[in-house]
Amino acid sequence: MIREALVVSAILFSIGVLGVLTRRNALILFMCVELMLNAVNLSFIALSRLHGVSGQVFVLFVMTVAAAEAAIGLAIVISVFRHYRTVDLGRIRLLRG
Amino acid sequence: MMGTLYTVHFWIFSALAIGAALAMVTRRNPVAAALWLVNVMFAIAALYVMFGAHFLGAAQVLVYAGAIMVVFVFVVMLLNLGEGDKSEERSMKVALGASMLSGVLAAELLYVIRAQPLADGALRDVPADALAPIADSLFTENLVAFEVTSVLLLVAVIGAVVLAKRGRVAGEVRS
Repeated sequence: MIREALVVSAILFSIGVLGVLTRRNALILFMCVELMLNAVNLSFIALSRLHGVSGQVFVLFVMTVAAAEAAIGLAIVISVFRHYRTVDLGRIRLLRG
Repeated sequence: MMGTLYTVHFWIFSALAIGAALAMVTRRNPVAAALWLVNVMFAIAALYVMFGAHFLGAAQVLVYAGAIMVVFVFVVMLLNLGEGDKSEERSMKVALGASMLSGVLAAELLYVIRAQPLADGALRDVPADALAPIADSLFTENLVAFEVTSVLLLVAVIGAVVLAKRGRVAGEVRS
């Protein structure tokens, strides 16, 4: 089942990439990034059945980083929204307002 | 362990994850996208449990479906984006190019996976006490990384407060 799990993980990651490339709503873009992180986690877990428990420890760290990233990213989205009144990445062109 | 029932469940949860992920990517409404993403998280948590990572399955439900997605929905409500961004135009060209790019990426990944010698016979047994080895690894060889993670979370908390503080945009902090 390891190979099948890796296939599912690859498909989920590609769907995440598709979302990051097509969506322009900053929030949905963040969700797609979370989806990509999850896909990678799935392959870590599947391979931990072959290579021991360190894969699971790594997933724990990835989860922590994802939580930190979501907090910071959403804070940035809020602060950008206050400035531009939109979360459409097509209309946010300047980092410096 | 690898019986027919196991395989059937594996494909059910995999199909659920992939279908919900596709639905998430195509939703216009951010709340709907968030709920589909919760669906993906639950399906992936089920897959974790099927691969013997019970603790991480629980952590997935608690941290991702419970905490991170609540923050997402909270921000959607805070910014009043419930109806979705009607102005988000979708050019056919961009969608086609992005689909091709991610399709190529998927094909590459599948090719690499195909080339790997992954025998199911070499699988390790899941120990009855699956959590002890994780804790052992986490608090011995990975102790430094564990402690650095706590600093990372502290930085994230402070950063989020500074960035989202009302009344001053991040760029105006110095003025």
